[in-house]
Amino acid sequence: MITIITNRDLEAKNSERPDGRAYNELRPLKIEAGVLERADGSAYLEFGDNKVLAAVYGPREFHIRRFLKPNMAVLRCRYNMAPFSVEDRKRPGPDRRSLEISKLTSEALSPAVFLEKFPRSSIDVFIEVLQAEGGTRCAGITAASVALADAGIPMRDMVVACAAGKANGQVIMDLSEWEDKEGEADVPVAIMPRTGEITLLQMDGQLTKDEFEQALDLAKEGCMKISEEQKKAIKNRYGGD
Amino acid sequence: MQPIVPEITRESVTNLINEGKRADGRKLDQYREISLETGVIKKAEGSARVKIGNTQIMIGVKSQIGDPFPDTPNVGVFMTNSELLPMAAPNFEPGPPDERSVELSRVTDRGIREGKIIDLKKLALIPGKKVWMIFIDMHILDYDGNLLDAAALGAMAALMDAKIPTATVKDDEVVVDHENMQPLPLNEKTVMCTLAKIGNNLVLDPSLEEEGIMRARISIGVRSDGAICSMQKGGERPFEKEEILKAIDMAQEKTKELFEYLPKA
Amino acid sequence: MILVEDKDIVVPGEVLAEGEYYAGRGTFKDETKVCSALVGLVAIRDNKISVLPLQSKYIPKRGDVVIGKITEVRFSMWNVDINSPYSGILPASDVFGREKRDMNKAFDVGDILFMRVVDVDEVKKVKLGLKGRGLGKFRGGLLVEITPTKVPRLIGKKGSMINMIKDHTKCEVVVGQNGLVWVKGKPEMERVVENVIKTIEAEAHTSGLTDRVRDMLNQLLGNEEDKEEEEQYEEELIQ
Repeated sequence: MITIITNRDLEAKNSERPDGRAYNELRPLKIEAGVLERADGSAYLEFGDNKVLAAVYGPREFHIRRFLKPNMAVLRCRYNMAPFSVEDRKRPGPDRRSLEISKLTSEALSPAVFLEKFPRSSIDVFIEVLQAEGGTRCAGITAASVALADAGIPMRDMVVACAAGKANGQVIMDLSEWEDKEGEADVPVAIMPRTGEITLLQMDGQLTKDEFEQALDLAKEGCMKISEEQKKAIKNRYGGD
Repeated sequence: MQPIVPEITRESVTNLINEGKRADGRKLDQYREISLETGVIKKAEGSARVKIGNTQIMIGVKSQIGDPFPDTPNVGVFMTNSELLPMAAPNFEPGPPDERSVELSRVTDRGIREGKIIDLKKLALIPGKKVWMIFIDMHILDYDGNLLDAAALGAMAALMDAKIPTATVKDDEVVVDHENMQPLPLNEKTVMCTLAKIGNNLVLDPSLEEEGIMRARISIGVRSDGAICSMQKGGERPFEKEEILKAIDMAQEKTKELFEYLPKA
Repeated sequence: MILVEDKDIVVPGEVLAEGEYYAGRGTFKDETKVCSALVGLVAIRDNKISVLPLQSKYIPKRGDVVIGKITEVRFSMWNVDINSPYSGILPASDVFGREKRDMNKAFDVGDILFMRVVDVDEVKKVKLGLKGRGLGKFRGGLLVEITPTKVPRLIGKKGSMINMIKDHTKCEVVVGQNGLVWVKGKPEMERVVENVIKTIEAEAHTSGLTDRVRDMLNQLLGNEEDKEEEEQYEEELIQ
């Protein structure tokens, strides 16, 4: 009953990436720290066409007794997509995908935070995807990390995330939405850049072990570039160098 | 959980307002700084980011083809939804919309619906079977008082910004052409003015601190032709009739300023 | 080798020095590296490297004086919000002694008190008290909130900054170590003080602040004062 004509279908040309990037090139990236009034810390990030906002409250008093830890803070995360962030309107509220990403994000960030300094408290991280274009979980983690730093929360490092994967037979850095959907594999990775330790790793699709290693190295290379932008965002906020 | 306002803050703010002054230096009938950007979300058919003071809302308009409501088979559908995100204030909790969020959605919806802002008849495609459904989603990012005026202004701007695909009917089939986008059929514009009763005075655009101590609040939706199209009284204390009439005068005057922020034409 | 300079802005995880250096406040050691744990300003004193936070929550310490808000009246104590991840309790016995009195009549929800942190136990339960000069309930005036890390800057060396504000405006100003400040004077003067405090908070990490605040006060009040020496606030912060 309904026919749809669209101009959105992209044709990939041979081994080139549809958006013309090199295999190890990131999409344009912009990060700004301290963008919200009420939150203790916040950050806004644009990565390609992704637009993500992260806010942090805490450490603050934890009212849910059964979840509090007597010897450390609990870092809780909520990843959420705005209904208007995707092509077809998303129903508001959490779904299975966003709950899984929330859990992984909190696990990706926790190793960096000195949680033991704030027993019985909670640190709450809220990530809102305002526009999605592939790689929102990585964008969310990268923004959240800047928001945590902006909130003055002591950390061992600023966690940073970037995906790599395979599309059109080529291992590539930072998959776009099209490459994510049509490609062979996606490997989102988060690291603590000073030590290189990995705090998030997922993979879906098919890769050989060699390809996986290439992808992981590319993802880490991407992380190191993004990490520089995170630092700049924080320093810019205070008029630093 | 509502934050507890310190008693001395209640006194100092009220005393100032009784003298015709405000804690942030504004006049009683003055808005905070307002900014409005449209077209900020490419994936939405229409969008706006509105700021009044530090209150910030992102609004997206989406469209899809669906079934009309059985009691209005020959007109399009529109729905207004809002989320008071837990990032926006320390006392906003995650979860399904609470009563404040539902009130915000419904009051915004009412201004647009009862002001006959959207020509819903033009959104019907196959009478009784297929119509355009328009969704207005309001994402509250930062709460610093007076969400109602920000929501109404942003929603109106997002509607004006919206471009939906051209849909034509051929042999009882809807053909949607994404290459030919067109604006939503709008008849009019509407915005809203909120006044709070504090001490013996009415103050325009209450700040967070003022909302914490206000006795009551009145919000008035006004169309660009001056017609009043919605009202909502809030807060635990009553109003006198004279106060409401005065509020209407102020709203009709002050909404003129708000219309200036909307996209032209 | 020290990799940063004094007063540089650094971020968490940034390596500040490698080798035989002592990790001061706001830093941690990773093998031979001294790294920043915070967004803050580097302070180098001989072999000790610290980072002064630009933003942080108040963590109660025994002996601190704080400004708090009564949030709940209970059977034998008040719950007090002290602008911290850890709320405090004020025992009724501290106020009434052994006598049993109507709790609400002493302090009610929304009242603002100046208190001393009497004890903080290992799970950060905070006990507050009112014994001491100037402690008790505030009447009138207004409250200003600043980041607790900016409190030493607001007070200034030996109270120079805060005394200058008091002298110029003839306001009473009480600063809690938890970042809450109570101001009382003529209503228009209270607002002047509020503006000045907010300016100090915003510019706390810049130099020449005392002079600028003096100019600001003179401009707001239209009078003149002799110049005083510019103070260094880092000394007090680092200790």
